[in-house]
Amino acid sequence: MNSNTITIDGREVPFTPGQTIIEAAMAADVYIPHLCHNPEFKPHGSCKLCTVQVNGRNCSACTMPAAEGQQVLNNTKELNETRRSITQMLFVEGNHCCPSCEKTGNCQLQAVGYYVGMLDTHFPHFFPSRHVDASHPDVMLDLDRCILCELCVRASRDVDGKTVFGIAGRGMQSHLVVNADSGKLVDTGMSAADKAAQVCPVGAILVKRTAYEHPIGQRTYDHGDIAEVSLEHDHALTGGDHG
Amino acid sequence: MAEKLKVATTSLAGCFGCHMSFLDIDERLLALCEVAEFDRSPLTDIKHCSEQVDIGLIEGGLCNAENVHTLREFRNHCKILVAVGACAINGGIPAMRNHIRLEECLEEAYLDGVGVVNPHIPNDPELPLLLNKVHPIHEVVTVDYFLPGCPPSADVFWKFLTDLASGREPQLPYDLVHYD
Repeated sequence: MNSNTITIDGREVPFTPGQTIIEAAMAADVYIPHLCHNPEFKPHGSCKLCTVQVNGRNCSACTMPAAEGQQVLNNTKELNETRRSITQMLFVEGNHCCPSCEKTGNCQLQAVGYYVGMLDTHFPHFFPSRHVDASHPDVMLDLDRCILCELCVRASRDVDGKTVFGIAGRGMQSHLVVNADSGKLVDTGMSAADKAAQVCPVGAILVKRTAYEHPIGQRTYDHGDIAEVSLEHDHALTGGDHG
Repeated sequence: MAEKLKVATTSLAGCFGCHMSFLDIDERLLALCEVAEFDRSPLTDIKHCSEQVDIGLIEGGLCNAENVHTLREFRNHCKILVAVGACAINGGIPAMRNHIRLEECLEEAYLDGVGVVNPHIPNDPELPLLLNKVHPIHEVVTVDYFLPGCPPSADVFWKFLTDLASGREPQLPYDLVHYD
């Protein structure tokens, strides 16, 4: 029998060959928490938030191809606790100060925190020293908030064709760099209309003079949790019900 | 009638915004006072915790030696210790100084800053010494509950305290959880 279905938390979910687990899940209205995954881009598999258990083994739902008969566990206590710990680690690793961040209410990291029930950061904070690049007239880069999802790297390379961003260093030293001799955004071809300027899930890349277009209380996640918003966004991109 | 719950509060490296938000429970304060009484708190001006306090609410993180001392007093006397607001939970706005050397902060504030007159770094022995970095309180003591928000809304305080007073495990519904 080959009916192209997997089961997620006991529910049968159809897939088309080539789809990843997260793509099949989202199409069937099953939300799997994620940050570095964006349906518009090639999967990256770095944030590990979408970790699911497939036939007893943990793997990233955004990179794992769906295959006939997979038994996937997604919304379990254990996985959600792991996701909460991952989110807490992302928070302590950078400088994420929601009260002073103009992205608040529109921030996916924050919204994921709410979704996984994160009330505290649990781990000791790193308080790393990172810089702000405000050199560009229209785009601002605050590395305090970068979670290394590489969405801007992918967008700039694959959509804008500019390769403005890259990741340098390894492990704890990994950081976002700007592709210019000066290392400054102003010396690149970056423009506020670029996909790379729109795609940041946190407040690391912001288009200047737009921060308070929508007052707090009228922002993306003020009226719908990230599961609803994310599924809606996914369906809009993929042409609605295709499950 | 059962004895009233003793509630102590303090603001460490905070702005008192969380205390103001707590007071925003408005007339519900009267209902709260039926089941709880304030112990050490800026609201009572009682200077030290009673031997046994039921609930300690800590606003603010740790920016100086006195903050650490006060936090330890609360932990020693409070059965339940609660980190209230962004600063207690992750250092918040005061922690934004953490990537600047303390010396530079003091020089900017008291020597080189715009509009400084009589430049002089305060050194009165009564002033508590500043810590090199601002820390969230869970890095120093065990914390039992966390109420996020900058500040947590009045409804957060109300929900949390009424849950505890009724003997329920405190639970914040989704729409009461905000980090900002």
